Amino acid sequence: MTRERLVNAVILLGLLGTALGAWAMDAPYTITLATKVAILALAGVGLNIALGLGGLVSLGHAVFFGIGGYAMGILASHAQSYSPILTTPFVIEGTKSMPVIWLVAILASALAGLVIGALSLRTSGVYFIMITLAFGQMFFYFAISWPAYGGEDGLSIYVRNGFPGLNTLDPIQFFLICFVLLALGLGLTARLARSAFGLALTSARQNAARVQAVGISPYRLRLVAFMLSGMVTGLAGALYADLNRFVSPTMFSWQTSGEIMVFIILGGVGRLFGPVVGAAVFIVLEHVLGGLSEYWHIYLGALLLLVVLFARGGIIGLVAGREVAHD
Amino acid sequence: MSAVLFIEQVLNGLQLGVMLFLMAAGLTLIFGVMGLINLAHGSLYMVGAFAAAAVAGATGSFLLALMASLAAAAAAGAVVEVLVIRRLYARDHLDQVLATFALILIFSEGTRWIFGSFPLFLDIPAVLSGPVTLPGGIAYPKYRLAIILAGLAVAGGLYLLITRTRIGIQIRAGEADREMIAALGVDISKLYTLVFALGAALAGFAGALVGAIQSVQVGMGEPVLILAFVVIVIGGIGSIKGAFVGALLVGMTDTLGRFLLPGLFGLMMDPSAATTVGSALASMLIYVLMALVLLVRPTGLYGTA
Amino acid sequence: MKFKFLMGAVCAAALATGAAAEGVKVGMITTLSGGGAGLGIDVRDGFMLAVKQSGRDDIEVVIEDDQRKPEVAVQLADKMIQSEKVDVMTGIIWSNLAMAVVPAAVAQGKFYLSPNAGPSALAGKGCNPNYFNVAWQNDNLHEAAGAYANDAGFKNSFILAPNYPAGQDALTGYKRLYGGDLAGEIYTQLGQTDYAAEIAQIRASGADSVFFFLPGGMGISFLKQYADSGVDLPVVGPAFSFDQGILQAVGAAALGVKNTSQWSKDLDNAANVAFVESFQAEYGRLPSLYASQGFDTALLLISAMEKADVSDADAFRAALKAADFASTRGDFAFASNHHPIQNIYVREVIQEGDVFTNKVVATGLENHSNAYVDECGM
Repeated sequence: MTRERLVNAVILLGLLGTALGAWAMDAPYTITLATKVAILALAGVGLNIALGLGGLVSLGHAVFFGIGGYAMGILASHAQSYSPILTTPFVIEGTKSMPVIWLVAILASALAGLVIGALSLRTSGVYFIMITLAFGQMFFYFAISWPAYGGEDGLSIYVRNGFPGLNTLDPIQFFLICFVLLALGLGLTARLARSAFGLALTSARQNAARVQAVGISPYRLRLVAFMLSGMVTGLAGALYADLNRFVSPTMFSWQTSGEIMVFIILGGVGRLFGPVVGAAVFIVLEHVLGGLSEYWHIYLGALLLLVVLFARGGIIGLVAGREVAHD
Repeated sequence: MSAVLFIEQVLNGLQLGVMLFLMAAGLTLIFGVMGLINLAHGSLYMVGAFAAAAVAGATGSFLLALMASLAAAAAAGAVVEVLVIRRLYARDHLDQVLATFALILIFSEGTRWIFGSFPLFLDIPAVLSGPVTLPGGIAYPKYRLAIILAGLAVAGGLYLLITRTRIGIQIRAGEADREMIAALGVDISKLYTLVFALGAALAGFAGALVGAIQSVQVGMGEPVLILAFVVIVIGGIGSIKGAFVGALLVGMTDTLGRFLLPGLFGLMMDPSAATTVGSALASMLIYVLMALVLLVRPTGLYGTA
Repeated sequence: MKFKFLMGAVCAAALATGAAAEGVKVGMITTLSGGGAGLGIDVRDGFMLAVKQSGRDDIEVVIEDDQRKPEVAVQLADKMIQSEKVDVMTGIIWSNLAMAVVPAAVAQGKFYLSPNAGPSALAGKGCNPNYFNVAWQNDNLHEAAGAYANDAGFKNSFILAPNYPAGQDALTGYKRLYGGDLAGEIYTQLGQTDYAAEIAQIRASGADSVFFFLPGGMGISFLKQYADSGVDLPVVGPAFSFDQGILQAVGAAALGVKNTSQWSKDLDNAANVAFVESFQAEYGRLPSLYASQGFDTALLLISAMEKADVSDADAFRAALKAADFASTRGDFAFASNHHPIQNIYVREVIQEGDVFTNKVVATGLENHSNAYVDECGM
């Protein structure tokens, strides 16, 4: 077992242990925080497919996070009011079932990823960062001014959606759902990185011409990576909306995109568990610093700056040391 | 719709464009010379506005306030460059985005810490207040005309600076080949600090000019920052000429879109729905424009790959 | 952030003197950082002033910052309910945050006293016995502006608001009582800072008056640009853009503008005179509309605590409903849907020395309730 693997195991068990410990001590809010960490980490895991593996710096991943959130909001609100979403040409009813909502969130994100990716990947570098940001802004303003689903007020659902056989209103059970999905997301990314596709993607990041020369289109590789990345982040968005029982255009804002990226950098770019550590540290900081000062953003900013300037491998890099497998 | 109203809206579009150019010029210059993507540019705009409001409040002089905005933003820019930005030139864009995102947090809450949570007051100077009647009977605010002229003057000045002066030659050389001009004995780190401070001063100047007709408050920089990014991406990053064209294009599109779209939809649907849909689309319009430009020219109008 | 205000030694003193009631734990979620922090700080300061003046040692207030993000507010509400186990919640400034938090909180049996936001959904079909609004129903100030427009003889108004639900409600509210024609109706972008295009349309429209709802920085920008444009039509709007906190930033551009509010610094009643004086003494600034609402919210809570124990929900609810406190705005009562019945005044922006402030010039609507009473089943 390499040192990074050991660190990874400690991280995952630490998150699980925190939630279970809080459950044993009857501290439901701590479980809520742990759930938030798991969900935001999953969003980061999604972005990490594009960013860490594909080298695609997307400042618009809030689009997928928001689409996932609204997939949950729209389906659940229709189920809540017993009004079908669509009557012609055929009837589509709302639903309060998590698996169905997840599927819709993932498919909608895949579709958005296909369209946004197909357009954005024609550019590269700073242009790519900016065009993804522009798509994020389009969705943000659209969500604010579209009155059908609450506009800026967002959509509230009053009871968390259901999962067959589980009581999702119980914080620890909902945490476990999110935790399992996070573990699946991490497993998927790990397999992806080792697969032929992942290796080709990594080479395309390092030297696109070389990949092109052996007859693989870097554009297609990146497009698929971007879609997969969006799908995972979209799933996280649906879970996040369910955690809050609420969705609003804030999920589409460029600050959300920035925060998801912050998780990855804090944890360490290209590290499988980077987003998990990053999200955990971010939430703990928000909680601790927020209690210390009204101006806690100053300290958060200073800390981020220090990590970017002086701890280039992120927190995992500090703890686990540099690893040869990641360039 | 009368011709007078249309011309007035075109002037408004021009004024917004010129304003955006002041922001975008600094951004694109910094990117062109140092290869740095600076999200904290909006914070320097805010610094300029706050410095102007503070000085105007203390002295009552708008001219002094403008000078203070230039000085404060340039100084803040130079300090940030020496302490932070300088370490980012060799990094990839991801690190730059993150570090400057962190700077936004520090600047915003720091400003709130110093000046409090309520907006500050900055007024138009008496000489420039009120409207003036242009040929054709168009009443237009003097101050907005002054902004248009000031912006055009800055554009002209920048053009001269870059094409006619020694600094300008160094800047252009820096864009073309960094190693080479260092090898030729130009103090590259001093040049970088200078360029960064110049870009910051332009942003601060824009903040002060706009602060007089808008609200001087924490967070005022970010919406403008995003617009400025749209501008430089449309124009081609690194190109001052592109920034100018892009700024005018964005200014016109935004102003005329807000003005014309609700009416256009009014031809197809009932008025109140048209207002809502038209406004929604108008707020997305410049991003659509940007996406379209990039689809046709992936490096912007005047960009080089 | 979290401040715990524990007034004196709680239990021991209460038990020793044989006082019956146990304390009340209040969870305040409000905006204390970022651009909209001024409003939340005023609500908090007004609320804490009333708690301090009551001299009670059995009110514990837990204060958290929502950063104006609805998701954060929801999570803080979970924390207040699950971990802090508060009895009463309050503090939210923005309607969209209230819509995210209030329904779930009252469904879990907590009392919610709104010091600011009053979205129509919570006044109509979504009303709840445990939800009390101490400020206004969102439409109220706009309705009063419409009524004032009739009184002032306006026949052709140009109206504008941002394109989001509260903006759409504002224009609906104005049109509800306004009897004249509309010269134009515009939805602007949320957070927009430049209004040149809209002002040009106002100039060309042939309107005789302008009504706008543009809260925060948007209103400051609009007013400065409007004053400079040379269009000199009379302007009327709700109090939000003319409040003490931001009036200094608008400056002379706001002078003479009529705005509608249920409170004003110069309302001549004993409670208000004492409030304005003590607020200034405590915090060194003039109180705002929001500070008065925070103050009244605490007064309402304290009045209920004097009559009933919070653990007896029915009695406590009845005590809140009675609204037996001396409001800074004068007469105050709750309609059946737990929103205020109150006078709404027309104020004019004036200059006192070098400070810009408001004075009451007329009563826009007397004992005004809200349009959603019938939709609410209570």
